[in-house]
Amino acid sequence: MDGLRPISAAVHRLVQEFSRLPGIGPKSAQRLVYHLLRAPEEQSRLLAEALLSLKEETSLCSVCFNVTDTDPCLICQSSERDRSQICVVEQPQDILALEHTGTFKGLYHVLHGAISPTEGVGTDDVRIKEFIGRLQDGSVSEVILATNPNLEGEQTAMYINRLVSPLGIRVTRLARGLPFGTELEYADDVTLTRALEGRQEF
Amino acid sequence: MSRPRTYQTEAIIIKKTKLGEADSILTLYTPHLGKIQGFAKSLRKPRSKLAGHLELLTHSQVSLARGRNLDTITGSQTINSFLPLKSDLWLTSCALYAAELVYQFTADGEENYRLFRLLLEIMAGLCQEGDRELALRYFELHLLDRVGYRPQLQQCVSCRALLEPVTNSFCSHAGGVLCPSCRHGQPLSYPLSVNALKVLRFLQDNDYGTASRLKLTPELSQEVEAVLRDYLKYLLEREVKSVAWLDMLKGQIGPAASG
Repeated sequence: MDGLRPISAAVHRLVQEFSRLPGIGPKSAQRLVYHLLRAPEEQSRLLAEALLSLKEETSLCSVCFNVTDTDPCLICQSSERDRSQICVVEQPQDILALEHTGTFKGLYHVLHGAISPTEGVGTDDVRIKEFIGRLQDGSVSEVILATNPNLEGEQTAMYINRLVSPLGIRVTRLARGLPFGTELEYADDVTLTRALEGRQEF
Repeated sequence: MSRPRTYQTEAIIIKKTKLGEADSILTLYTPHLGKIQGFAKSLRKPRSKLAGHLELLTHSQVSLARGRNLDTITGSQTINSFLPLKSDLWLTSCALYAAELVYQFTADGEENYRLFRLLLEIMAGLCQEGDRELALRYFELHLLDRVGYRPQLQQCVSCRALLEPVTNSFCSHAGGVLCPSCRHGQPLSYPLSVNALKVLRFLQDNDYGTASRLKLTPELSQEVEAVLRDYLKYLLEREVKSVAWLDMLKGQIGPAASG
């Protein structure tokens, strides 16, 4: 029946590829494909090149495991960063969010996941061992645990804390409290308890 | 359309799966609807009103709206967040193990009120001081009872004779204890000491308040754990995933260090 398909094989193939992306169903994929078909050829060429270079030119930084074009990554190389602080995050995207604030001047470490025993994600599936390795030369004085404030993230943070504290390094956790722009009445017990515990002088 | 479009239920959140950009699918264990799935929109965004009330291992009142495939969670209010449980690595892990067992041993939509109460009981129990290993054994035995696999600990499962106070055998395949003379035809059985059998019976016959007062030597605790673990694995026909994690934690620090 393939020969009778009313759309061209090339269109079909690209629709298939697009619909494998997260958040894109067959309809959205079709819309993207027909848009590209109508757009100037230049646009398709740029897209294709960008896609190819994504895999060819990026790798994981051998120090912090962030996604990077250079190894070590720009943050690990920079002489302006404070080398005594390392902020531990779950995903490379978390670095983007933290960097956007412009507040943190230290280094990062990307775990690429969080421990989740019921999903079978253990300590060897995230880059904890590599992180502990980074602490051995004694130049780090503070570890900031910025894993997600959910059960898996908490568990991961508690586990790392257990490994790092014996090394005599200060371990801190991002404050947990109320998000900006929300209303108190919707807050849950855990958040409110932590917010009260972590209250600060006005 | 005789059923109302929305409904409310108490629930314990036992599993959470990410979906798309910021959504999640939650598995809820409820008193009267059994295990159900609910779709929670934008749960992973920082401003989600529901997120804190729908974290794993939380007991909440949940509102759902019926959907074509999945029901959507429209509201929730925490009943008990079990904060002590979530502030300790070992306790979190124990409770996740209990939740995983409930998940594995139940089918969608089958009411099991006593199992719901048991899960609540163990989560509250883990928040108290005490032997948490013992609490897990209590939970395992009573879970087996509530899902229809109560092990036979009084009579030999083969000849029905009352068990003598000698070293008998536990046979997962037969679902209980074999007396010494019946053991021989059964390749998959292994010895069960008199004390271990007593512990199992005591845990099986008593409520949590009484059972949790038991004191076990490390050896006895290990034997009881091994028997139950093997039986659970046999019934599920697969490993319980969080067991590997519990073992790793125990190996590193020992449950006592953080308990």
